[in-house]
Amino acid sequence: MDQFISCMGNFFSRAVNGIVLSAQSEDPGIIMRTIDYLSRRSDLILDLMLEHLWLVVFTLVIAIAVSVVVGVIISYYESFAQTVLGICQVLMVIPSMAMLAFMVPIFGIGFTTGVVALVLYSLLPIVRNTYTGIRELDPAIVEAAKGMGMTERRVLLKIKLPLARPVIMAGIRTAAVMMIGIAAIAAYVGAGGLGELIFSGISRGHQPMIIAGAIGVSIIAVAFDYLLYWGEKRFSVEGRTREVTE
Amino acid sequence: MIKLEGLSKIFPGHTIPAVKDLNLEVKEGDVCVLVGPSGCGKTTTMKMINRLYEPTGGKIYIRGEEALKMDPIKLRLDIGYVIQEIGLFPHMTIEENVATVPNEKHWPADQVKQKVDEVMTLVGLDPNVFKSRYPSALSGGQRQRVGVARAMVSDPPIMLMDEPFGAVDPITRARLQNEFLRIQERMGKTIVFVTHDIDEAIKMSDTIAVMREGELIQHATPSDLLSAPADEFVSNLVGRNRSIKRLHLIRINEILEDVNRAKPISEDAQTEEIKKQLDQSDIRTVIVVDRNNKLKGIIGVNDLKRTTGEVAKDYCQDVSDTVTSDATLNDALSVMLELGEGYVAVVNEDDQYEGTITLGDLLNVVKEDN
Ligand SMILES: Nc1ncnc2c1ncn2[C@@H]1O[C@H](COP(=O)(O)OP(=O)(O)OP(=O)(O)O)[C@@H](O)[C@H]1O
Ligand SMILES: [Mg+2]
Repeated sequence: MDQFISCMGNFFSRAVNGIVLSAQSEDPGIIMRTIDYLSRRSDLILDLMLEHLWLVVFTLVIAIAVSVVVGVIISYYESFAQTVLGICQVLMVIPSMAMLAFMVPIFGIGFTTGVVALVLYSLLPIVRNTYTGIRELDPAIVEAAKGMGMTERRVLLKIKLPLARPVIMAGIRTAAVMMIGIAAIAAYVGAGGLGELIFSGISRGHQPMIIAGAIGVSIIAVAFDYLLYWGEKRFSVEGRTREVTE
Repeated sequence: MIKLEGLSKIFPGHTIPAVKDLNLEVKEGDVCVLVGPSGCGKTTTMKMINRLYEPTGGKIYIRGEEALKMDPIKLRLDIGYVIQEIGLFPHMTIEENVATVPNEKHWPADQVKQKVDEVMTLVGLDPNVFKSRYPSALSGGQRQRVGVARAMVSDPPIMLMDEPFGAVDPITRARLQNEFLRIQERMGKTIVFVTHDIDEAIKMSDTIAVMREGELIQHATPSDLLSAPADEFVSNLVGRNRSIKRLHLIRINEILEDVNRAKPISEDAQTEEIKKQLDQSDIRTVIVVDRNNKLKGIIGVNDLKRTTGEVAKDYCQDVSDTVTSDATLNDALSVMLELGEGYVAVVNEDDQYEGTITLGDLLNVVKEDN
């Protein structure tokens, strides 16, 4: 994980360097201008970051609730499962701009549209991981639980979900990181967040604004991913669940 | 207690039934052992009894009640189940694993705790050492014992045990078998037990059900199975040396009274007395016990010559192995062969001397049978 962060950090700083270098040829003061912009508009940037974060957290909570339920349901109905996973797959393949465009006539411009689009996007990783996490459990463990006299509900809550949790969490992390990126685009339909900074920066040709937005989105993505990873480690049964299921 | 009537199971997509028209009755308090080659339908039969698999045809009666009409959850809570693959829950401690059924039955916490400790001790796992471990930190044999503890913790009247001692070494296995028989004598549970080991089947069972390709070939007491196998398949299964197998069937305490042997001597018996006893002994050895009848050792003719002394204590040699009186004659034979002696001392659980068994005694038993 630490490696991942440093790798991301590396990539990130190189990307920023790239922008900076290309900009430098015409305007050597870009770094200074960005720093200046960041310090001048720090309250606005912070506000937008919080807005962005709120959009992502709100959407993620809904997405987890919906996807885990769907994943659990299709784990009981094998024939149904492939169709549902296929639909999720299609939803994810639709380009984000197109998806948002589809949403506007139905939900209008605003927060709701962003949330709905983001939820639809993040279905696949969580649904698929919930489904496979449950399906790939050692059948002997599930059979033992049933044989002991546990009801199907207890088997799900006490055995299946806890054992599938590492896999489900991995799906949630994938969804979260993806969502943070797409949430920036959702600013286009008025969902708010750091995307506003990036888009108005582009339309005004205001480079420090674009860079500020990009930095903000990246920080949220890396921090969020790490937070979820840390949470998973912290609350797993001393990491044993993973050790044994492997 | 358990009655299977025309039971059959065809798995979806299969044409050959896994179990075919099976009729079997297990009386209350009996241990019925299912034996047969791999894939003959033993596990499938067990899983139909606790309704993990729904039968394709036939009926199951549990205490006269039709199992297929009972609530499966209630049914399973009263049937202890040891699954062949052990199937411990990897995310729960051993304590939580063993406490599964009591928790499902909503027992009070302190009662659960006490019962878990009790049953873990029973299967030879020190609760203080193992309770808070996770299954991944146990050996295969230890896991298997947790599986047995988990199945019996709530004292179910019926137990289904699918190769419960498959993964333990022969010595631990013999210990667990004896422990099992001792518990069973007290509890009188109705048990269906699967094993691949015909010796284990003979030792543990009241009746043996031999299966092949989903069909019941013979259901009989071990003794009948040995003396009158239904067909060649059964006689091949029980093996050639059937008279030796009979030694599994008889416990030492059943013949101990009939063998008359010289009394043991106390540890402060004088040399003269030892000599006298040695002359009378057919194994040319005398057994020495202390005041509480605890086994101290043995004195052979040579020991008397080799060492100088005055009383039995001075000549006495340690005994490296003994058997308990509830062990089988086969256990006695193994110990004799291991010690390279023609006899073995029999003691009770407190190491008190109960008698001596010789090779000659075993020979007599086998001869009587033929
Ligand atoms: N869930 C299942 N689906 C399809 N076929 C099965 C299933 N379980 C068992 N079978 C088949 O049914 C037959 C009997 O299997 P079963 O597990 O009862 O054998 P067994 O006597 O317990 O064997 P072993 O001694 O190897 O454990 C086998 O041919 C097996 O392939
Ligand atoms: Mg089996």
